[in-house]
Amino acid sequence: MEAIARLVAAEATPAELKNNAAAASAGYAYGLAAIGPGIGIGYLVGKSVEAMARQPEAAGMVRTTMFLGIAFTEALALIGFVVFILLKFA
Amino acid sequence: MTEHVSPLAMASQGLAPEVTVSKDIIRRGLIIAPVVMVIAGVIWGLTGAWSAGLGLAVVLMNFGLAAALISWAAPISLALMMGVSLFGYLIRLGLISVSVYLVRDVSWVSLPALGITIIVTHLGLLFWEMRFIAASLAFPGLRPNAQEYPSSSAAETP
Repeated sequence: MEAIARLVAAEATPAELKNNAAAASAGYAYGLAAIGPGIGIGYLVGKSVEAMARQPEAAGMVRTTMFLGIAFTEALALIGFVVFILLKFA
Repeated sequence: MTEHVSPLAMASQGLAPEVTVSKDIIRRGLIIAPVVMVIAGVIWGLTGAWSAGLGLAVVLMNFGLAAALISWAAPISLALMMGVSLFGYLIRLGLISVSVYLVRDVSWVSLPALGITIIVTHLGLLFWEMRFIAASLAFPGLRPNAQEYPSSSAAETP
């Protein structure tokens, strides 16, 4: 709170400005990186359910592909997460 | 007159292919763990080696939990599987965040090593598994190990 108050009063040092920018960027990186895969996984699982309902005999194949799709989509979120921890804590 | 059954009321019975895939990924992950730790150790030192081990453990836990949740929900109903897949994503992301947050200030953890190991091993293990899955799905007669990749299971209404 003190840092924000000093920012408002335009008294922040360059180091504080850098830290604040890094914290804000980290938050945006993690949040935006989590939204995309969330939409992707929702779409992927929805289509998989549709496929399993249309062709029940292919359910095993669909579930295998779905699981791999979820894992690949999640990799995007993990990349965002790693950017977050590197910006925030490293 | 045909009876209308909602797809969401159906369930996917039979074998759980995601458990097979997940076990395979975990087995391969444990095999490459020493190599990953040595490579990280060479680059970042001893802290890097421990961090790489931790990162690999997080990745393997993530795969195992995802498979366990889907294989639990699919035989109950496809609607539950859908919900579990989405909320499972949130829960797993939260668990990874918490596990990294808890060790952020620990002396034997190097965060760059941890982060890079998480990304590289996650993608690496997936692509490694994809080689076998692609062959198994496209050419079932040529699947590397027929016992390891059983054919599709049938979906039934409860």
